[in-house]
Amino acid sequence: MNWQSIFGILLSAILTENFILVKFYGICPFMGVSKKTDTALGMGMAVTFVMAIASAACWAVDQLILVPLGLAYMQTVAFILVIAAIVQVVEMFLKKKVPALYQALGVYLPLITTNCAVLGVALVNVQEGYNFFLSVLNGAAGGLGFTISIVLFASIRERMEETDVPKSFRGFPIALIAAGLLALAFMGFSGMKIF
Amino acid sequence: MKIRNMFKEGLLTKNPVLVQLLGMCSTLAISTSLFNGLGMGISVTVILICSNVMISLLRRVIPSQVRIASYVLIIAGFVTIVDLLLQAFLPALSESLGVFIPLIVVNCIVLGRAEAFASKNGIGVSALDGLFQGIGYTVALVIVCIIREFLGAGTFGGGILNGGEGIRILPEGTPAMLMIMPVGGFLTLGCVIAASQWLMKRMKKKEADKK
Repeated sequence: MNWQSIFGILLSAILTENFILVKFYGICPFMGVSKKTDTALGMGMAVTFVMAIASAACWAVDQLILVPLGLAYMQTVAFILVIAAIVQVVEMFLKKKVPALYQALGVYLPLITTNCAVLGVALVNVQEGYNFFLSVLNGAAGGLGFTISIVLFASIRERMEETDVPKSFRGFPIALIAAGLLALAFMGFSGMKIF
Repeated sequence: MKIRNMFKEGLLTKNPVLVQLLGMCSTLAISTSLFNGLGMGISVTVILICSNVMISLLRRVIPSQVRIASYVLIIAGFVTIVDLLLQAFLPALSESLGVFIPLIVVNCIVLGRAEAFASKNGIGVSALDGLFQGIGYTVALVIVCIIREFLGAGTFGGGILNGGEGIRILPEGTPAMLMIMPVGGFLTLGCVIAASQWLMKRMKKKEADKK
């Protein structure tokens, strides 16, 4: 492991392999929680936090429990349990210690459990064979990529509210088209190859 | 009669992808060829039927405080079974769908039907509901797949027909590669949903006119 691979993971998770716009993890919250910029930012930060912790915990569960016992095929089941538990703990912790943030996130906090980005990053970490540090880095960077794209998308949607859209396209379809154009912009990053 | 209504709901008026807007991740990500679409659609349908039946069986046993966690666990079990079966018997499909097979666990369609239908209804109806919702998902997915494959690769039935090459419709070099890329997924699904909304509005208008 050297600084090049660290930089490579950071760059690819945030820009070239953006979790939402290139890999399609976490489309549901991306579409659901992107009507206002500040809730989008809060959601992005919560997801980043959970993704980093979940990457660490799932790596530990995989390497210390599942692999030694020869239960690697139970990864999906074990990981989703770990993620659900983490989200629950984070929720209780925020409720007690940071009630302001807890209030702001509201119902979106428990919904992080069913965010495919979290389970996705845990599974990808195992597939790529990342070590502990790289797993956490990949989780956090993926979360940052999620945050950047959801905030960008929310500000686009805020502006779109006022526009005169053809009737059938109103609401969800035009949001998808806008997301497509944003994905087109992110494709520009894919030309960037470092090292 | 009720069954016919359920079929219509699953396929059209309450289609999981086009109307309820669930399960977007997989619909966008793997809809690049007919093979992927059919494989994913059938996998999700099988998992939906199994989990619906199981949850309907256990609906009086599971305490309501821990129901979501229990549902997720049951679904994860079936997803693992399907994942292992695909790896063993259809490695090509397993390869091309990749991480999106295990990600069916967090597909909102499966959990949504468990919560909204199977936890309140009998076994037989729940199985049928799973089947119809699964068909609705598959149909929507296949439509997106066919459009994207035609525009992006210029073929039809890639992965299945013509020895995996697919039947070539557009000559080589003309298709827009963009449509198989992530951008194409967003654009195609947006247009398909818009078209279905337009269609449904017209159907409703016709029904109102008849009355």
